[in-house]
Amino acid sequence: MRIALFVTCIGDTLYPSTGRAVVGILERLGHEVVFPAAQTCCGQMHLNSGYRDQAAKLARRFSAIFAPYDLIVCPSSSCVGMVREFHPQLAPGAEELGGRVFELTELLVHRLGVEELGASFPHRVTYHPTCHSLRVARIGDAPYRLLRAVAGLELVELPDAAECCGFGGTFAVKNAESSIAILEDKCRAIASTRAEVCTAVDPSCLLQIGGGLARQAQGARALHIAEILGPGGPG
Amino acid sequence: MSGEFRRAARTALADERLRANMQNATRTIRDRRARAVSELPDWEELRDAGQAIKADVLARLDDYLLQFEAAVETAGGQVHWARDAAEANAIVVEIARTHGIDEVVKVKSLTTDEIRLNEALARAGISALETDFAELILQLDGDWPSHILVPAIHRNRREIRALFEQTIAPGPLSDDPNELAETARAYLREKFLDARMGISGANFGVAETGTICIVESEGNGRMCTTVPELLVSILGIEKLVPRFEDLEVFLQLLPRSATGERMNPYTSLFTGVSDGDGPDELHVVLLDAGRTRVLADTIGRQALHCIRCSACLNVCPVYSRTGGHAYGSVYPGPIGAILTPQLIGVEQAPSLPFASTLCGACYEVCPVKIDIPAVLLHLRARAVETGAPRQERLAMALAGWLFGGAGRFRLIQRLARICQRPFVSHGAITRLPGPLHDWTRGRDLRPVAGESFRAWWRRTRR
Repeated sequence: MRIALFVTCIGDTLYPSTGRAVVGILERLGHEVVFPAAQTCCGQMHLNSGYRDQAAKLARRFSAIFAPYDLIVCPSSSCVGMVREFHPQLAPGAEELGGRVFELTELLVHRLGVEELGASFPHRVTYHPTCHSLRVARIGDAPYRLLRAVAGLELVELPDAAECCGFGGTFAVKNAESSIAILEDKCRAIASTRAEVCTAVDPSCLLQIGGGLARQAQGARALHIAEILGPGGPG
Repeated sequence: MSGEFRRAARTALADERLRANMQNATRTIRDRRARAVSELPDWEELRDAGQAIKADVLARLDDYLLQFEAAVETAGGQVHWARDAAEANAIVVEIARTHGIDEVVKVKSLTTDEIRLNEALARAGISALETDFAELILQLDGDWPSHILVPAIHRNRREIRALFEQTIAPGPLSDDPNELAETARAYLREKFLDARMGISGANFGVAETGTICIVESEGNGRMCTTVPELLVSILGIEKLVPRFEDLEVFLQLLPRSATGERMNPYTSLFTGVSDGDGPDELHVVLLDAGRTRVLADTIGRQALHCIRCSACLNVCPVYSRTGGHAYGSVYPGPIGAILTPQLIGVEQAPSLPFASTLCGACYEVCPVKIDIPAVLLHLRARAVETGAPRQERLAMALAGWLFGGAGRFRLIQRLARICQRPFVSHGAITRLPGPLHDWTRGRDLRPVAGESFRAWWRRTRR
């Protein structure tokens, strides 16, 4: 299948290895991955910050760029949620496109019917189900199924897993103290699992969690699920 | 735009004891709610029903209000209409004055807290005694509620013991909750027996019958509404339900969502006045105070569905850490963040719609399915329209322009890579100047990658 990758602005800029892993996973499964080079951002930051007009421009831009593709993958449930739930309010005709955009794990498990990727990751791992993966994109148990199939991976339950990490986009700086207080509890919960890695499906939440873990020197590190499941892109 | 909430939250977050009290209390109620809700196989249907009834009430509010007024009057009560807080307070003060009353007992005081009735009464020389256990604690201490349902949630029992010893207790007390409750009970009992006028809020008003419904846990509400010869009940106009049988839905939704109880301990229903039973005179004050303005907003009006259960507060990652005072209103937490700015005007509370991570936990638990994140987004847009800081506007416009073309986006990636150099050490940014200092004050920042994904793609795939 020919699959277009929406790598997201954060993924492109801060986590290129996540995008490379997505490419690696899909190509190993025999799919053709294309990267529409005009892509930038889905507009979520603008919408969530109250700048609806600018968000609408970016939504229309996204629609135009991805319209030619039948299947679109994105390694961020939050951006998928934005495209599916909010683009239709912002860009005329975006509903139909929303149905073709999938979060990576959701695409693998629910659309392509794959759980076993032949990955190996001999580490103790805990999974943080991000808010938008649970409540906006609703990807279900896809990440757990994929993680359970990874050779050598010891999956440990995260206490209060469904609680937010405190990121919230511009909330993280606008209400920095609240954001950090929430993050501290998330990091404590991660530390209590004695996991080496905390994984999730959203680069933005991992930016927050990873930043907190590093600052508090908790021992665990944050890593996108694609980098556990994938071989990493060639090059 | 983060302004006031941020300042208040900072103070609250620095208070270790407050944070511990909040964390313990919200967790306890949250778990209890989850258990109580999971027992009902038709919970989702109940939520749908609650939402549908409330939507119908708002769509035909004018009819239902007139129907309610007629029903109350037929049953022997008197109805007063109050456009705003000042009118409502004046009505209540006047009722007390005509009856020569200088002391009242109160219960279900949320709406009266909203309009600051106690202050208006005090100015008229009338003393008001709060009889809800938690409200009493706050009144004795000159404090104010931080939770809709558990107004003294930010206090622990040691603090309450110390307060009672200084105020109403005849002798030394222990931390035992039963002993503390008994102390308050003994104190209040005397007051009830002397009281000539009661003032209550209400959970529901039934349009069809004129019945007022009060749901509470202590029985003090029943004392307030039955012992005094004169009763004034104050309802926001959105508190109506069309039919008596609609209470069936809400009396299931409310206790399970609020306290995690299957059934509410004391549910009082009264309709007008009856000879030899309860008050001789009933006054019902219907309060607008911004509610018709909320009603006019087709997205925002769902905030008026709220039945004040507080489930959204207890699950909110922000509220459960900052507590309620940070919201600067009697309506704290997620519901407060959408209700307060609408009631008093977004320009009066522009920081509140931003006091959320948009995690969506509130929407998930709301018994009447208020899409709080959607209303937050809506109000954020309105807050920006009514006056975002110039700096922020410029930054957002610039970001919008940069995202407007891949060439520009590549350029900013390259620029960021160069600018970050002085700040990166050992693969992390630990301290940044300017607005980004707010990121690095509690977290490291991941640096912009040496090679972006798109650069890697160009290099390897073309």
